[in-house]
Formats: sequence, structure tokens, C-alpha cells
Amino acid sequence: MDPECSQLLPALCSVLADPRQPVADDTCLEKLLDWFKTITEAGSSLLLLQENPCLLGLLCHVLKPQDLSPRVLAFSLRLAGMLAAQEDCFQYLQQGELLPRLFGEAGPLGGAAWTAPSVRSGWIQGLRSLARHPSALCFLADCGAVDTIFSLQGDSSLFVASAAGQLLVHILGLSLQGAAEGHPGLQTGDWPVCAQKIVSHIEESLRSAATPQITQALNVLTTTFGHCHNPWTQVLWVRLSPLVACLLEKDPVPAAHSLVDLLLSVARSSVLSSSSCGLWETLAQTLSHLSPTQAGPLALGILKLQECPQALRAQAFAVLLQPLTCVLEATAQAPGLLDSLDGTGGASVTVDTLLPSKAACVGLLCRTLAHLELLQPLPQRPSPWPQAPLLGATVTILRLCSGLATPTSDAGGHLCAFLVGCVRVQRAALDFLGTLSQGTGPRELVTRVFAVLLEYLTSPDSSPTVLKKAFQATFRWLQSSPETPGCSDLDPHAQLFLRELLPVLPKRLCSPCWEVRDSGLEFLTQMIGHWGGQAGFRRALLASEVPELTEQLLRDPESYVRASAVAAMGQLSSQGLRVTPASPEHPGGRQKSLLAELLRILSTDSEGFPRRAVMHVFTQWLRDGHADVAGDTERFVARVLQVASQDLDWEVRAQGLELALVFLEQTLGRPSSHCPYAVTPPVAAPPSPLAQALRPLCRVQLFEFAFRALFDCDRPVAQKSCDLLLFLRAQTASYSGPQGSGSVPEVASVEAALQRWQAGDQGQPLGYLEPEVVVAVLRSMDLEGLRGVLAESSDRVEKSPQSLLQDMLATVGALGEDEADCY
Amino acid sequence: MPYPFGLRRFHFGKGSRQWGGPRKTAVLRRFESYSPHSSPPATRRSYPSIGGSLWLKTFTLSHFFYKLKLGFTSQGGFVSQLPLLPVRAPNLTMQCAQIQINYYYVGLWTGHDFHSQFPSFATCSKELKECSGHVFVDSVPEFCLPETELIDLSTVDVILISNYHCMMALPYITEHTGFTGTVYATEPTVQIGRLLMEELVNFIERVPKAQSASLWKNKDIQRLLPSPLKDAVEVSTWRRCYTMQEVNSALSKIQLVGYSQKIELFGAVQVTPLSSGYALGSSNWIIQSHYEKVSYVSGSSLLTTHPQPMDQASLKNSDVLVLTGLTQIPTANPDGMVGEFCSNLALTVRNGGNVLVPCYPSGVIYDLLECLYQYIDSAGLSNIPFYFISPVANSSLEFSQIFAEWLCHNKQTKVYLPEPPFPHAELIQTNKLKHYPSLHGDFSSDFRQPCVVFTGHPSLRFGDVVHFMELWGKSSLNTVIFTEPDFSYLEALAPYQPLAMKCIYCPIDTRLNFIQVSKLLKEVQPLHVVCPEQYTQPPPAQSHRMDLMIDCQPPAMSYRRAEVLALPFKRRYEKIEIMPELADSLVPMEIKPGISLATVSAVLHTKDNKHVLQPPPRPTQPTGGKKRKRASDDIPDCKVLKPLLSGSIPVEQFVQALEKHGFSDIKVEDTAKGHIVLLQEAETLIQIEEDSTHIICDNDEMLRVRLRDLVLKFLQKF
Repeated sequence: MDPECSQLLPALCSVLADPRQPVADDTCLEKLLDWFKTITEAGSSLLLLQENPCLLGLLCHVLKPQDLSPRVLAFSLRLAGMLAAQEDCFQYLQQGELLPRLFGEAGPLGGAAWTAPSVRSGWIQGLRSLARHPSALCFLADCGAVDTIFSLQGDSSLFVASAAGQLLVHILGLSLQGAAEGHPGLQTGDWPVCAQKIVSHIEESLRSAATPQITQALNVLTTTFGHCHNPWTQVLWVRLSPLVACLLEKDPVPAAHSLVDLLLSVARSSVLSSSSCGLWETLAQTLSHLSPTQAGPLALGILKLQECPQALRAQAFAVLLQPLTCVLEATAQAPGLLDSLDGTGGASVTVDTLLPSKAACVGLLCRTLAHLELLQPLPQRPSPWPQAPLLGATVTILRLCSGLATPTSDAGGHLCAFLVGCVRVQRAALDFLGTLSQGTGPRELVTRVFAVLLEYLTSPDSSPTVLKKAFQATFRWLQSSPETPGCSDLDPHAQLFLRELLPVLPKRLCSPCWEVRDSGLEFLTQMIGHWGGQAGFRRALLASEVPELTEQLLRDPESYVRASAVAAMGQLSSQGLRVTPASPEHPGGRQKSLLAELLRILSTDSEGFPRRAVMHVFTQWLRDGHADVAGDTERFVARVLQVASQDLDWEVRAQGLELALVFLEQTLGRPSSHCPYAVTPPVAAPPSPLAQALRPLCRVQLFEFAFRALFDCDRPVAQKSCDLLLFLRAQTASYSGPQGSGSVPEVASVEAALQRWQAGDQGQPLGYLEPEVVVAVLRSMDLEGLRGVLAESSDRVEKSPQSLLQDMLATVGALGEDEADCY
Repeated sequence: MPYPFGLRRFHFGKGSRQWGGPRKTAVLRRFESYSPHSSPPATRRSYPSIGGSLWLKTFTLSHFFYKLKLGFTSQGGFVSQLPLLPVRAPNLTMQCAQIQINYYYVGLWTGHDFHSQFPSFATCSKELKECSGHVFVDSVPEFCLPETELIDLSTVDVILISNYHCMMALPYITEHTGFTGTVYATEPTVQIGRLLMEELVNFIERVPKAQSASLWKNKDIQRLLPSPLKDAVEVSTWRRCYTMQEVNSALSKIQLVGYSQKIELFGAVQVTPLSSGYALGSSNWIIQSHYEKVSYVSGSSLLTTHPQPMDQASLKNSDVLVLTGLTQIPTANPDGMVGEFCSNLALTVRNGGNVLVPCYPSGVIYDLLECLYQYIDSAGLSNIPFYFISPVANSSLEFSQIFAEWLCHNKQTKVYLPEPPFPHAELIQTNKLKHYPSLHGDFSSDFRQPCVVFTGHPSLRFGDVVHFMELWGKSSLNTVIFTEPDFSYLEALAPYQPLAMKCIYCPIDTRLNFIQVSKLLKEVQPLHVVCPEQYTQPPPAQSHRMDLMIDCQPPAMSYRRAEVLALPFKRRYEKIEIMPELADSLVPMEIKPGISLATVSAVLHTKDNKHVLQPPPRPTQPTGGKKRKRASDDIPDCKVLKPLLSGSIPVEQFVQALEKHGFSDIKVEDTAKGHIVLLQEAETLIQIEEDSTHIICDNDEMLRVRLRDLVLKFLQKF
């Protein structure tokens, strides 16, 4: 501990011990505990106590009957536990009988303070820290703490109840750690008393008729099997599994969610799943007993297991598919679709579960779709994967939601009434449909997929969020559609779809709802990025009104839309898809105007998003050697850096540095590390005398921009600039150009200016710098040191323990002054 | 079945739900006292006192309704017998002073030989014209009148108007049926209704047409006409449009009411208008007596648009809720439609095209202008002019701003700032929205394109819209956007075919959809719901859409056209007042804890359905001689009545009493309803039942009287 902190600690302890001095807030105490934790983990707790007797004094003081704040009491309990985690310190505290007085019945346990949840929580956490060694176990047994923990499992405070459960798990593990290590075959009868007591309690709870008790027991077991994979857990499971199985015989199954968690926890345990302890039978039994809503998470968990009997997997998959099977049945889909779904026998049960209420129906379908979406990309997903029926069911659900499907049965009619216009199901189904694009499907089904997507994209009733999902799913399906062999174009099917889609897009781009315009533009940007080079797509796009509308959206009142429009225009322009004017006397006239328009946005837009988007586009243009940029790169870079350096948004400035880096790499002839496949632009010069190479950088005033950024008030900008300058210095390391005496005064003046900048006075510009001056300045700067400083978090000073102690004392002092003011 | 254009049956008041029944309005027939025929029309509002007994207690509400004839007639039916429009005349330009519809017919019909198609109709072939495969009737517009066969409108006392769309047929009722009753409506309803009628009359009178087609109405001819001409019903009753004079006369019969105002109708019932949230001044009605409450919900909206929100709370505790006027397009969500409207408008205008919006001069147009106010800047349309052309455009825009108390809360608060509640004021100020009474005059000089024009009539059969259809129909750059749900856009466009301009159908109907109805019914919980049959089943074209029907418990009672329903409740009680002096004279006797009874002798005085118990007049002393009247002529029989008895006879104690009085050989038998006490010696039976006691003995009056007195000892007298 720092000497400064040691000096402050007694004062703080006396403040904490004084009931008249309220402690400002819990956060300070939490930070204090964190600090003590780092100290005790790094060194001896006993030494800490001996060097700082005030701590012991505080612990003794809180035991006195007084009106002490519950938070200080809780703090003291946790501190005592933390200190006693080391056995020597534990013994030391035991000598003074301090621990029984803190944690035993004589302590807060029986007092009025116990009513405060924070005290109960502190008591549990103290014991949790303390229980690290065999002596602690004896202590726990002696002071009767385990019984108290049992009762705290049902505490009104959820935090306390949860912590009590975890403490039981911890104690059980600790007591069996030593005992079972040497005796892998140890039976429960031979277990330590403490462990036996806990296991008996769990057994009793499992036999109880009260669901909360069963839940507590199941939660303890779930944590146990989840955290500990020692052989004794197998013994424990063998002993308790019959009781767990008994729960399944009850109707309804009590605490079903906790039961599912436990079974999955057991199944994931390497010790248990590999042994033949009836686990798979129990899981199968559970799957068949639980309602589809409850069984869904269990089925998903089973299917995610790495190793699991095939029959059980099939059963789990059937459970998961039940709701979708039900949908297919209700809409009388071709029976052939159902054949490939295993175990559809339970479908009729699901109809009843689906139909009682809209909420149940919607909830079950959403969960099922979400589960299947999680499962689809996993390597251990069921094989063969029923792609076609799943596609069929998802399309049907989407059609039911939009009122298009025609159910033939009463059940289907009810299903339709529940689902029509249900945004939740629509979103879940579109997400899953997007995921299904990874697989293939029969042509007829793919046609239906595109048809339903088009329906959603066209429908005026699609909500903005649904529309966004529909756009995403559409993109994924287009992405997955096979390319025509030989010409790397979209397949005719997808092209047909595009022809129908592109007339819809303009309407979406004109929507009064900005979210819709935004999603439309994002979709367009993705499309151009992916198919911008393909003839079919280009023809369709150019024939539509989309490019013109996109350009108009650069002036949209909503900043997000402007930003998306900037990105889309950047793509359109990069791909040569901007509509060029027909007049031959102004070739490319409007192309230039886009650069001007983007520069206008960069310099005048009041919102940050469009300006950031412009910087991204410019960086990309520079990287790709866009025609507008390639014409006069230096002028472009100079202009952009000049505007970006004055931007109030740090992300714009940081992106400016990114652009500067690209320019720098191109100028110095080194391919960009960020984009290894980028076409090297013609400006990338071969290695040449460095001064000559640096001259363009000087002309665009890149160094002035970088130096300003180096002292930026926003740390990420400064860090990025520092990296850039370090990279540049590395590049110039071999430079041994003339360091003529004429340049020295200039270097000094630059350094002086930079010092002023660092001090916060950035008014004075540096002006044009000669390459030699730049190199000299770079060499003279302690960039590594600066990077080190910047790497530290900005609140490193405020986070120091000394600052914490001072703050706490100051708070109390300030309070005192306030009191004085009252007179 | 679609009607051909020219025969489209359109209803004043959005009567034709596309797949639903006609919209209804409540017509309250005169309450003709107890006897349907006892009261002459002149005494309609003040009925003579009729002495009576308590027979009113047995007056059931269904009976009551029969008397009141609270009928729901198909109202405002309005069939247009429209001249086919001369839209292809080349010389029709903006400078044209009048759209002379007759002038253009010749060119339009050239080349069609109806004789060959309908050889038997040579006589009426001049009335029938064909266009793009459809047959139309060439005539002055005619309108279908409200149902008159079910109800004799001259006997109707009161008409309650729900909203301004529902009152377009009012002049036909008030001016031509002998109607002498009162019409109740809110002020905005009357004022905006007047504007709608004025616009209609103006549109029709602008293009006078002498002839009215009538030959085709001959039933023998009509049944041979192609469908749907042959399916048109009651064509003989269709009439020409009314005049402004008739409109004014009709409107003068309206009595203005405010929301929550209680209006006594002849003491029989009280009616109260409530905000229905659909349009300015639109109302639902509560019709209630002392013990019964009927809610009439028609044309209501739960959406947050410009009118005051719907008052749901007052509809609670209804015995019956009559539900009509739901959205005609249940599958079109108004929000989505407004989005479509804006998107298509922007797309057209950006491409240099014009947008035509055929619409009514009030209602949804206010919301559309508000949406556009917010949208035009974002869409970069600030420079595009919006024109609103209607003979009543100015009045409509101004009226909307002055009905502050009828507006939604947000708009009301603006008035206190003070700011105009609707943003169209700002659009007008900034010259973004311009309005003109017609397309002649100032508009011709101000007009510039591309632009957006709002004008009527939404049927496309008359009004300035006809001109714009002609002007813009040939260019695919232009778009016509249909927003009014009353008309099928395909039928509206039929005579204009072939048409190059784009057509967008965005029906905006803010009235309740079935999800909202379901929520409303859960909230209001009426004992019974009554609605048109069409609402209780999915639309025929979408039979799987179980969500497009009313789903409530108990199931809704449905009715068909011209069906009279007995509402499912009994009218059990009637309130009777007791005069204070009579009440003073009563001496209640407690017969059970908390229950006291008193006998009362009084005269029941009934006037205007109010019943009052008055003290009986004192018997006049005979003044002798010839002037003496028999008391029974004047006053009720006031002789002292036998006391009333109450209580029950405890059999065991009764038997003991009999024994005490010397009867022996008594046998008691239990029966289903009570007991029989058998006096075997005396050969006498005493039947004791819950509500009667009989003493049966042969020819022994003395014994009977003894036994009667014994029985009476067990009963209380008062």
C-alpha cells in the first residue's frame, strides 16, 4: 500500500465507524473493496492488518451496538471475509473471536440491521470470500451458518436469494474438494457432514410440494453441475436424479424452466454426459412431459450438445419443429413436406397449445423461429436438415401474417386471425428466412420465397422494422442465388425478381417514414456493393429512378437518411452508376458536382452522421482510385483534410486521419495494409528520394493536420495520429537527407508552436513545412512516450486509490461544512 | 356485384360498404302514446293525460321499441344516374367556361350500334351508351333515396345525425315525405354537411342537362340489360339532385346539440350525442330510459386524427350496443395508406408529373394536408404548388379552423397560443396551398405544373375533377390517387379508358376496424351487440380472414336489410313519481327488517310518458238536485278497501290452533306446492300453498268463515 494511502486510511476508518458521518454512496465502498481485493490478492492480508490496525479497529467497532449505517456494516462483513480468505489471517482474526461475532448468531444476524438486504448480502459475500480453506469449513459448521444460508435461499431480495444459492454451491464444492479427491468412488454416505447436510436439504426441497423450494434446489444443482466437473458430481447426480425424475410425474411439471436449466447443465457436464447415469432417458422423458413452450429451450439445448444419442436428438428436433408442423398442417400444405420432419406425431398437441390465445401462439412461434435460427448455422445441427419444409413453413407463416395464406381448417382460420398483422412474428420469420438462405431449396419454393419477400417489400402495411428485416432477408437470398455459369451475373430467376423489386424501391425511398427511407438506402448500398459490376443489375438499376432519387436524398431532413444516401451515392459513383447528363458538352459535369455536393455536406451539415459517411466515402474513393479523386489527388486530399480538421465531431477527424494514412501509404509507395486486394493506384510512386516523396504530403498540409490531431482533446484521435506519425517516422528512419543549418531555426519554431498547441493554444497555423523540417520534428518528438500516455485511460488519475480515499474524506468534510452553514 | 358506371349506387354517407351492408342512421319514430293510433299527429310532442293503471310495468322494451320504431334505415342512398363524361373532347381546355357535358356526347357514341346488340331496346338505345365494353346510362345524375317502405317517414319524430357524411339525403326526407319532426345534429356536422351539399348542388347545376333517362327503368327492359344494370334495385325511386333551396329548408329543421347534452324526447327516452372521433362533430348516440340504455355507434374512430377523441367511457353499461359504420376497407391500414399516398405523390412530382386527388372538400383532406405539411420538405417538394379546387374550398378550410371545441386536444391547445389548429393555414400563408372555387378565373392564370390538385367529386362523374382527368389522363407522368373509400376506383375510371396516367388506390378510412372493435367491446362490455349481418362473417372474397369479423361474447345479433329486430331485453320497470303531499300521507309498516310497505290510493297521472301519483280528489259533497253527479263518474272508487294480507301460515301451529278450536281427526298431507289439511270429520279440505289458501267445504258457510278467521289470525294485515 502506498504510504499516502496508509496515512489516509485511519481517518477514513474513523469516518466509516462514525454513525454521524454518512457515507456518500455505495460506489465508493465498492471501489474501496476492489482496492482491498487487489491488495490481498497481491500480498499478505495478515501483514495488511498488522500494518494498518485501523482496519481491525473498524471491524471491532462495527460490532458495538450502535446505529451504524447498513452499508458500512455490509462493507465490514465483506472486508472481514476478504481478509479471512487467507488462512493465517483467518487464524489471526479467530484469536480475537472476531469472526464468530461478525458472522455468528451474536453478530448482525440477530440484530435489527439484519432487516436491511444489503447487510444480508454483505454477510453472504463475506462468507463466500472467507470459505477458501478447511478451517473456514469448520468455522461454518460451528457457527451454524449453513442453516442460515438455507433460509436465505428464499429471501425476499432476489440478490440475497441468488447469492445464498451460490454460496451453498461454493461450500459444497469446498467441502468435497479435499474429501473426494483421494477417493473417486466415494459414496454420499461417506461425505463430510457439511456436504451431507446440504445434499439432504436439496433432497428435502426436491420432495417439497412448494414450487419455490423446488426452484431453489434446482438452481443450486444447476450451478453445481455447471461449475464443477469433479467425479463427485456424478455421485451426486446418481443420488438425486430419481428425485428429479419424480418431478416429471407431476402435472403440471413444477419449476419447468429451472428443471430445463438443470438438465442442460448436467448434459453439458463432461463428467456426467459420458457416463451411463440415466441422463439421456431423463432428458427424453422430460421432452415428452413438458409443454411445447417449455420444451423448446430444452430441445435447442440438446441439439447444441456435442455428443448426444441420435434418438434423443431426433426427438428434440421433432419437439422444436412441432409448431411449424402445426402451421403446415393448419394450412393444408402438401403432405410430402411433412414427411421429412421427424416425429410429427405430437403436432396435434401443439395445435391445442398454439391456439388458446394469441399471446401463447405468437410467443411459441417467435421462440421456435429464434431457436431454429440459432441452430441453423451450427455444425452439429440435425442432419439431414429439413430445408424445404422449414422454408415452406416460414413462407406460410409470413403469408399468414400478411393475410395472404388461405387456411382450410378451423385451426388454420384461428391461426390466421392470431397472426394477421403480427409484427413480432413477421420479424422473427423474416430473420429465420434470411438464415435459411444459406441452404438450398427446390426452385418452386425459392420462387415462393421471393414472392413473399416482394409482397412484404411492396405492402403499405409493412412496418418499418419489418421492412428492414425484409430488405435484409432479400439481400441474403439474392446473395445466395446461384450465379449464371460463365458470365458471373445474377441467375435469371433473381434478375426477374430484381426487375420487380426495383420499381418498389423508389416508392420506399419516398416514404414519409425516415426509417423506411434509411433501410431502403442501406439495402441499395449493399446491392450495389455486391452486384454493381454485373451487367444485368446495372441495366435494371439504370433503367429505374433509383439513382436520381438517391441523389435527392442527400438533402433529406433526417440526418441518418442523409448519411445512408451519402454511402449509397458513394457506391453508385464508384461503380459508375450515377446518371450522367445527356449533354455531350459537359462530360462528367455532374460527376464533379457529386464531389462538390459531398464536400458541401462535409463542411456544412449540422449533424455528424452524414459528415462521417462522407469521410468514409472519400477514404474509399481515395483507396480505390476513384476517377474524381485520381484527377487531382493532392487538391482533393488537401481540401478534405482542411475541412475535416475543423470538424467538431471526433469521428470525422479520426476518419480524416484514416484518409491521410491512405494517402501517405500511396505516396510512399506502400500498399495499404487495410485493403490488401485494392488495386494499387497509379499515383503510388516507386521508392524515391524521401524528401521528394514527402513533398506531396507537405503540400496537402497532412502534417499540420496530423500534429493538430496529436493534441486533440479526444483521445482516439490523438492515438490514431500518434500511430500515423510513428509509422511515418519509421518510414523516414533511413532518411539522412541534408540537415542544413538553415532549417534548424525553422525546426525550433515548429517545436515551439507544437508546444503551444499541446498547451491548448492551437490558433497559430504551422504553414508550409519542408520535408526536412518534418523529419527533424518527428525525430525530436517523444512519440512513444505520448503513445504510452494516451494508452492509459483518461481517468487513470481519478481511479487511483489515493484519489478514492481523498474523495471519500472530502465528501464527508463537505458534508460537515454544509452542517456548519446551517447555523 | 360491381355497378357499371353511371349506375353506381353511391350513398350519401358512405353507405355502401364494399362488402358490408349499408350504413345506418337512427331514426326515431314518434312515440304515439300507449296506443299506436290514439294520438293525432298534432299532439306529437304533448300528450293528453291518460289515467292509467300500472300496466306500464309490463311494457317490454321490445314493445317500446316497436312503438318508437327505433329503426335503422338505410340512409342517404344515392344513386347517380350520371351523364357519361365528355372527357375526350379535344377542345376542352382550361379556358373553357363550363364543362358542357351534353355537347360532347355525339362524338363519344359514334360508331356504336346498340340496336344490333339490344334489338329489343330500340326505344331506349339513346339512353344507353357503351364505353370500353361497359354499358352506361346517359342521363342527368339521379340519386337513390333512403328506404321508405319499412318506415313511413311522415310518422318519424326525430332523426339523429351521426356525421356530415350521413346527412346528404336529408332534403329528400324533410322536403318530400311529409316529415314534420326534429333533426338533431352537432354544429360542425350541420355546417360541413351544408358545404358538402352545396358543393354537390353546385357541381350538378353547373352542367344542366335536360333529359333524364327513364325508359331503361322499365322492368321488362331492365332485366334484359347486361349486368350490373339489370341488378340495380328500386330504380324507379331514384330522384334528381335537390336544390339549394331545399338544402336550406332541410337544414333549418336541424336542432343543434353539443356533446354530452341530454335531450329529452317526449319523456320517453333521453338521447345524448357523444364524440365518435371520426370527423368534426361526428357523434355516437346514447338512447336511454330510466332502466334501459342503448348505444348507437356509427362511424367511429380510435385513431388520433383531427377530431375530438372517441368517448368510450360513456358507452359502458349499455344493454344493447348497435354497431354500424365500420371501415369499408378493413385490410387497408390508414397509416400505410397515407405513406403510400405521400410516396406516390412524391414520385410523380419528382418526375415532372401532376397528381390528381379526387376527394370530398372536408374530412380526410385535412389530415392529408397535415401529413403533406410535414412531408413536403423532407421530400424536397417545397416548391410544388398544391391546389384545392371546390366551390366550398375556402369555407371548408376556414370552418375547420374555428371549431376548436370539436378538435383533438393537441389542436385545441394551439388555439390558446394562439395559433391556427390546422397547419394548412401556414401552407396557405406561404402560398404552398392555394384554393379556388372553380378552375375558371384566378386558377387559370395561377396554374403551373407540376402540381398537386385536390378536387371533387370523388366519383369522377361531375365536378372539376372531370376536367383534370381529361387534361392529364393522356400522360403516363401524371397520377390519380384515390383516397376516398366510397367508390371503386376501377368503376370510377371506367369511362375514361383507355387511360395513360397512373392510378393509385390508397383508400383512407379511419373508421373502426375489427381489431379496434374487439378492443372497444372489451372495454365497453355491452350486454348485447347488434350489427349488420355482414360484420359477423368474413368478407366473401376473403373467407379465411377470421380476423375480419366481429368476435364477441355473447355473439353479436345480426340483422339484414329491412329486418326488424326484437332487442333482447324486457322492459320491466317504469319510474313513477309520488307527489309530496301524497308521500306525506303514507304510513309504511315494516314487514321484514329493511322492508316496509304502505298502501296508497292515488290517481296515476301520465303525460308525456311521465307518470305521477297524485292524491285522489276529495269526494265532493253532493250539492243536491239535478247537478249531482255520480261520484264514480269523476273520481276513482275511493271506498275503504279490504286490508291487504301478508305472511305465511305455519302448518304445525295452524293444526294446533284447529285442535284448540275443537277440530279433531286432522290429517296433514304434503303436496308439491304446500300442504293439505284434511278435516276428515267435517269433510273439509284446507289447501295451503305459497300464494293462496283454499278452504273447500260443502255448504257449510259457518264452518268456512270459522276456518277463514283462523287462517287470517296467522296473517298480517295493513
